[in-house]
Amino acid sequence: MEYILVYICTIFLLPLLSFLLQLIAPRSLSSAMAYLSTALLCLSSILSSICLYAFYNDSSWTFADWGIYSALKLIEIPWVTLPDFHIGFGMNFDKLAVVMLLVVSLISFLVHLYSIDYMRGDKRFSRYFAYLGLFTFSMNGIVLSNNLFFTFIFWELVGFSSFLLIGFWYEKKSAGNAANKAFLVNRVGDIGMFLGIMLLFMSTGTFSFNGIQYADIDNGIMTIAGLLIFMGAVGKSAQVPLHIWLPDAMEGPTPVSALIHAATMVAAGVYLSLRIFPFLTLEALHVIALIGATTAIVASFIATSQYDIKKILAYSTVSQLGYMVCSIGVGAYFAAFFHLITHAMFKACLFLCSGSVIQAMHHSQEKLHDHSKDPQDIRNMGGLRSKMPITFFAMLISTLSLCGVPLFSGFLSKDSIVAGAISYYNSFHGLTFIIPLFIILSAALTAFYMFRLIFLVFFGESREISIYSHIKESSYYITAPLILLSLLSFAFIFTFPSFNPLDSHGWFYSMLSTVTPFQTLGYDMYKVESGIHHAHTSAMIISITVAFIGFLLAYFKYYLKRDILSLSTNGIYIKSKNLFRNKFYIDEAYEYFIISPFLRLSKIASIIDWNYYDQRFIDSWGWITIKLSKISSALDYHLLDQFIVDGLARLANRSGKELQSSQNGVLQSYLFSGVLGLIILLIIIQQLG
Amino acid sequence: METSILSLLIFLPLLGVVGMFIAYTLKQDDIIFKYIALLATSVQLLLTVWLYFNFDPSVALSSNISINPVKFSVQVPWIESFNIQYFVGIDGLSAPLVFLTSLLMFICILASWNISKHVFAYFALFLLLDTGMMGVFLSLDFFLFYIFWEVMLLPMYFLIGIWGGPERKYAAIKFFLYTLFGSVFLLLGMISLYYYSGIESFNLIALISAAPSISGELWGFQVKYLIWIALFIGFAIKVPIFPFHTWLPLAHVEAPTSISVILAGVLLKMGTYGLLRISYPLLPGEVVAFAYTLAILGVINIIWGATNAIAQKDLKKMVAYSSISHMGYVLLGMAAVASTSAAGSQAGMNGAVMQMFNHGVITAMLFLLVGMLYDRAHHRWIVFPEDYEKPELAGKLGFGGVSNKMPIYSGFVMVAFFAGLGLPGLSGFISEAFCFIGRFSIFKFLTVLGTLGILLNAVYFLRAYQRIFWGEEGASTQGLSEISIREIVILSPLLLLVVALGVYPAPLIDIIQPAVQGIIDTVQSAL
Amino acid sequence: MNTLESYMIVASAVFCLGLYNVMTRRNAVAILMGIELILNAANINFIAFNRFNGTGVLDGHVMSVFIIALAAAEAAVALAIIINLYRNIGSVDVDEARSLRG
Repeated sequence: MEYILVYICTIFLLPLLSFLLQLIAPRSLSSAMAYLSTALLCLSSILSSICLYAFYNDSSWTFADWGIYSALKLIEIPWVTLPDFHIGFGMNFDKLAVVMLLVVSLISFLVHLYSIDYMRGDKRFSRYFAYLGLFTFSMNGIVLSNNLFFTFIFWELVGFSSFLLIGFWYEKKSAGNAANKAFLVNRVGDIGMFLGIMLLFMSTGTFSFNGIQYADIDNGIMTIAGLLIFMGAVGKSAQVPLHIWLPDAMEGPTPVSALIHAATMVAAGVYLSLRIFPFLTLEALHVIALIGATTAIVASFIATSQYDIKKILAYSTVSQLGYMVCSIGVGAYFAAFFHLITHAMFKACLFLCSGSVIQAMHHSQEKLHDHSKDPQDIRNMGGLRSKMPITFFAMLISTLSLCGVPLFSGFLSKDSIVAGAISYYNSFHGLTFIIPLFIILSAALTAFYMFRLIFLVFFGESREISIYSHIKESSYYITAPLILLSLLSFAFIFTFPSFNPLDSHGWFYSMLSTVTPFQTLGYDMYKVESGIHHAHTSAMIISITVAFIGFLLAYFKYYLKRDILSLSTNGIYIKSKNLFRNKFYIDEAYEYFIISPFLRLSKIASIIDWNYYDQRFIDSWGWITIKLSKISSALDYHLLDQFIVDGLARLANRSGKELQSSQNGVLQSYLFSGVLGLIILLIIIQQLG
Repeated sequence: METSILSLLIFLPLLGVVGMFIAYTLKQDDIIFKYIALLATSVQLLLTVWLYFNFDPSVALSSNISINPVKFSVQVPWIESFNIQYFVGIDGLSAPLVFLTSLLMFICILASWNISKHVFAYFALFLLLDTGMMGVFLSLDFFLFYIFWEVMLLPMYFLIGIWGGPERKYAAIKFFLYTLFGSVFLLLGMISLYYYSGIESFNLIALISAAPSISGELWGFQVKYLIWIALFIGFAIKVPIFPFHTWLPLAHVEAPTSISVILAGVLLKMGTYGLLRISYPLLPGEVVAFAYTLAILGVINIIWGATNAIAQKDLKKMVAYSSISHMGYVLLGMAAVASTSAAGSQAGMNGAVMQMFNHGVITAMLFLLVGMLYDRAHHRWIVFPEDYEKPELAGKLGFGGVSNKMPIYSGFVMVAFFAGLGLPGLSGFISEAFCFIGRFSIFKFLTVLGTLGILLNAVYFLRAYQRIFWGEEGASTQGLSEISIREIVILSPLLLLVVALGVYPAPLIDIIQPAVQGIIDTVQSAL
Repeated sequence: MNTLESYMIVASAVFCLGLYNVMTRRNAVAILMGIELILNAANINFIAFNRFNGTGVLDGHVMSVFIIALAAAEAAVALAIIINLYRNIGSVDVDEARSLRG
C-alpha cells in the first residue's frame, strides 16, 4: 500500500506547489503558468481516482473498523511536543477521505480549466490561480487531517482563501464588503468550533477523532462540545443563522463560486459533521436536524423570488446544505455523504453554466458598448436555448438532478434523505414532524425555483433583444467542464453496474455503506438504517410527486405564463414575495441588532477610554501633581527662600554696614580699640583665673 | 568567548556610542554615525546567532534546586557591601527575547536611515536603549536588572520627545512619568525582597532558593502579598495591563516609526518578562492566588483593546490598541500556570512566552508597514476625522485602492494583518491557541469571553485592510510609490519568521520549554 | 618705701602717661615720644624686678640695655617713616592720613 501513501501525499501537496509557483511566476509567463496549474490539478485528480480504485478493491480500509484502523495511522508528523501535550499532523486514510479527495481535485481541475477562459485578460490572472491552489491545498488538509487541531488550522486557511477569492475584484466596494462578511461570519462559527475543540481536549486529553470517539465522557459535556464544533459547520456551511455570507459571496468570480461555494468549502462543514458524527449525542443531533431543516426551507423560500442568477443558485446551495445537515441530524449518514458528492457535481455544473451565460451576456454587452444592464439578472435573459445549446443541456441535466428526478444522481441521494427524515419522524413522533415537512416542502420549492430559472433564462422570448442577438456559445474551455459534470450527474455513474434508476445500489453504495459508523453516541445506527429502508418507498413516491408539483407550478407560471389561482394579485402572496426577496430581512436584522450597536459601543468605548479615562482621570493626576507642586513651590519660594534664607543674608548685610563705621582710617582709634580690647581681656582673665 | 559573550551583547552598543562620540568630535559626516550604529547592531546580531547555535536550552535557571552557574553566565561581585553582583545569564525564557531584541534593533537602525535631524544624538540614544534592553533580559541580579530598567527609560524620553509627531512632548513626558511611577514600586519591591528574604542579597537565584522563607507582616498585610502587589504594579504598567494602559496609544502614535517598533516589540515584553522571571518564581503562592485576577485582567485587555481598536481612525493608533489586545493573550497564558492539568499549564505558559516573541515580530512588522505608508503619504488616517483641518476631507476615506499601486506592500500588509488576527499557518495563531487551551483548563467562562477576541481582532484588521487597500483609489493614493529594496530587506526577516514559525513552531518551543517548565514547577509547588 | 610695688607704681604711671600720649596726640612725633615713654616704663619694670627678685643674675639690666638700643633704632626708623609721611601728605598730623578709611 506504500505507493498509495505516496500518491496521497502528492495529491495533498500538488496544489501547494501550484500556489507557490504562481506566486513567484513573472507576469509574462502567466498564461503558461495557468496551464501548468491546471495540469498539476489534473494529475491530482488522476492520482485520486487511482487511490479510489485501490480503496474500492481493498475492503479492509473502513472507518469503523477500529482494529485495523489503528494500524493505519501511518503518517503522523510531530509538530509540537511538550512533556504532557502533543500535537502532530496525522492523516486519515479511509474511503470517506479518498472520495472527498477525488471530488475536490476533480472539481478544482475543472474550475482551473474553466477559469483559463473565464478569467482571461484579468490583470491579476496568476494571483487568481495561486489563490485557487492555496484553497485546494487547504481543502485537502481538512479532508485528510485526523485531528481536530489541524482540521481547525486548515479550516481557517480555507476561510482565508475564500476571503481572498471573494474579494478578488476588490475595486468594487461590494466585493470587499462581501469578503469581510464571509471571513467574519466564518470567524464567529470558528469561535464555537475552537471552544468545542478545547472542551474536548480538556475532557479527553486528545485532539484526534478516533481518540475522542472512544473516550468516555459525561453526556452533557459531549453534547455541548458537539454542538460547539457543529457551530463551526454552521458558519462554514452557511446554515441559518450564519448563512448570510454565502449570497454575498457571489461577488467573486463565478468559477470561484462553483468551486468554493458550491462544491467544496461549504461541504467542509458537512464533512466535519460526518467525522464527528460518532460522538454527537442524541440531543445534539436533534438540534442539528432542526437547524438543517430550517435552513433548507428558509433558503428555498428566499430563492423563489431572487432575480440574480447566481443568487438563486447560492440560496439553492444553502438549502441543499441544509438537506445534508438535516440528514446527518436524522442519522442518514450515507445519504448525507452521497448527497454531498452528487450536489458537488451538479451544483458546480449549475454554477459553471451560469458563468457561461453571464460571460456570454457580458461579451454581448461589450459588443454593444452598453453596460447598463446587469448581465446576471434573469429578467434580462430569455430564449437562450437556441443560442447556447450545450450550456442549456448541461444546466437542464443538473437541474433535473437537483430536483430529484429519477435517472439522475440527485434523485438517489435526495430520496435517501427524505427517507431518513420520515423514519426520524417515525421513531420520535410528536413535533418532529416538522423535519420531514420542511424537507418535503423545500423539495417542492426547489423544483419550483429551479424550473423558474430554466424557463426564464432559456425558454420564451428574450426580454432584451439587443443583447440576445449577440449571444453565442462559450468556448471549449468552458463547455468541456460543463459536459463532464453534467455527465457525472446521471444516476448510472453512481449505480454502476445497476441501471435501475430507482435503485441506489451499485459500486458507490457497496463501497461506502461500510463507512457508516456503528459505534456512535447518538443513534442506534442499525435501527436507523432499517428505518430508512422501510421509509424508502414512501419517500420515493413523495419526493417524485412533490418535485413534479413544483415543476408544474413553474411550468404554468413561467412557461405558459398563466396565472394559476390568480396568485399574483393575492395580497399575501405579494407580501410574502417581498419578504422572500428581501431574504427575510435577516441581514438587516443583523445590522440593526448586532453590528450597528457594536460599532457604536466600540466608539463609546474609545471615547470613554480616551476622553474620560485618559484625558480626565489619568491626566487629572498630572494636574493634581502640578497643582501640588505649585503650592509646594510657593511655600518653598516665599517662606523658605525669601523669608528665611534671604533674611539671613540681609541680616549679614546690615550688620556689615554698621560695623563699617569703625573703619575710619584714623590710627588712634584703632589703637584705642586695641587697648580697650586688651583691658577687657585682662579683666576677663582675672575673673576666670 | 563563552564567559564574555553576554557582557559583549550588553555593552557592545555602548562601545558603539563611544565610537560615535569620537567620530563626533572629529566632526565627521552624519552618515558615519549611521554606519557605526549599523555595525554595532549587526555585530550584536551575529553574536546572537552564534549564541543561538551554542545555546543548550535544557539548563534552566528558574528551578530552585541549585545555584550552580550555568553556561554563559557571569557572576562577579560588584558592590560588596550590599551584596550586589554583576550576574548575567541566559536561559530559555530570555533567549527568544534576546534574539528578538537584537533582530529588531538591527532592523530599526536600517529603518531609521532617513533621519536627518541630530543624527548623532538619535543613534547614540538608540544604542543606549539597546544596552538597557539587553541588560534587562540578561541580568540575574535584581539590582542590575533595575539599573538597566531605568537606563531604558531616559533614551526613550528623548527619542520620543525630539523626533516624534506633533504631540511628542506630551507623549514623552507622560510615558516617562508613568513608567517611572511603576519603577518606584519596583524599587520598593526590590528593597523589601532584599531585607525580608533573610539573605540580604539581590541575586535572583539565591532569592529563589530563599523564597519560601519570606515572611513578615507590615501594616496588617503579609509582606509577601505587599511585595507581589508592588512588583505587579511596576510590571503591569509596562505590559500594559488595563487600567494602566493609556500611555501606550499616545506614546506609540507620537513616536517615530523605529521607536514604535522597539517600544511595541521589545519594551512591552519586559513587563511580562519581569513577571515571569521575578514575581513567579519568588512568590508562587501569590501567583496561584492571583491567577484568577490575572485571567480577568487578560480578558479585559483583549476585549477592551480590540473594541477600542475598531473605533480608531488613525491607523497607527489602531495598531497600538491591537498591541494591548495581544498582550492580553500573554496574560491569559500566564494565568494558566495555576492549572491542575499538566497539559493545560504547559500549553498556557509556553503559549504565553511564544506569544511574547511572536507578537514582537508581528507588531514590529505592523508598525514598520504603517511607517512606510506614512513616509509616503504623510498621513495615517484610515478615515479622516470629523474635525480634520481640511473640512472637505472630513469623514472621507483616507486611502483606497492602495493594493493596485503597491502590490508587494499590500502582500506584506496582508500577511501582517492576518498574522495579527491569528490565522493558522502564521505564527500568531499557535501562541494564541496555546494560551487559550491553557487557560481553558481552569477558567472556562473567562476563556469563552476571551475567544470573542478572535472575532474582534479580525473585525478591525479586515476593515482597515478593506478601506485602505481595496476599493477605488482615493486622493492620497495617487502619489504612492512601491516599497524600496531597503524596506523589503527590513521586512523580509520578520515575514520569514512569521511564516516559518507558523508552519513549524518546534524550534521556538524547544528553546522555551525547559525554562518554562522550571517556572511551572516552582509555582505549582505552592498549589 | 623701697619696695617693688612703689617702682611698679611709677612704671605703670609712666606707661599710662605714654599710652595716653599715643592715643590722643595728633602730632606723629609726639606719638613717638609717647612710645618712648612706654618703652622706658617697661625698662623701669625690668630693673625693679631684677633688683628685688633676681639674685646673682643681671638679666633685667641686660634687658634694659637691649631696650634702650632697640628704642633708639626704632625711633630712627619711625622718624624716617614720619619724614616720608610728611613728604606724601604735607603734614605730620595723623588725622590727615585716612586713605585706609573703610
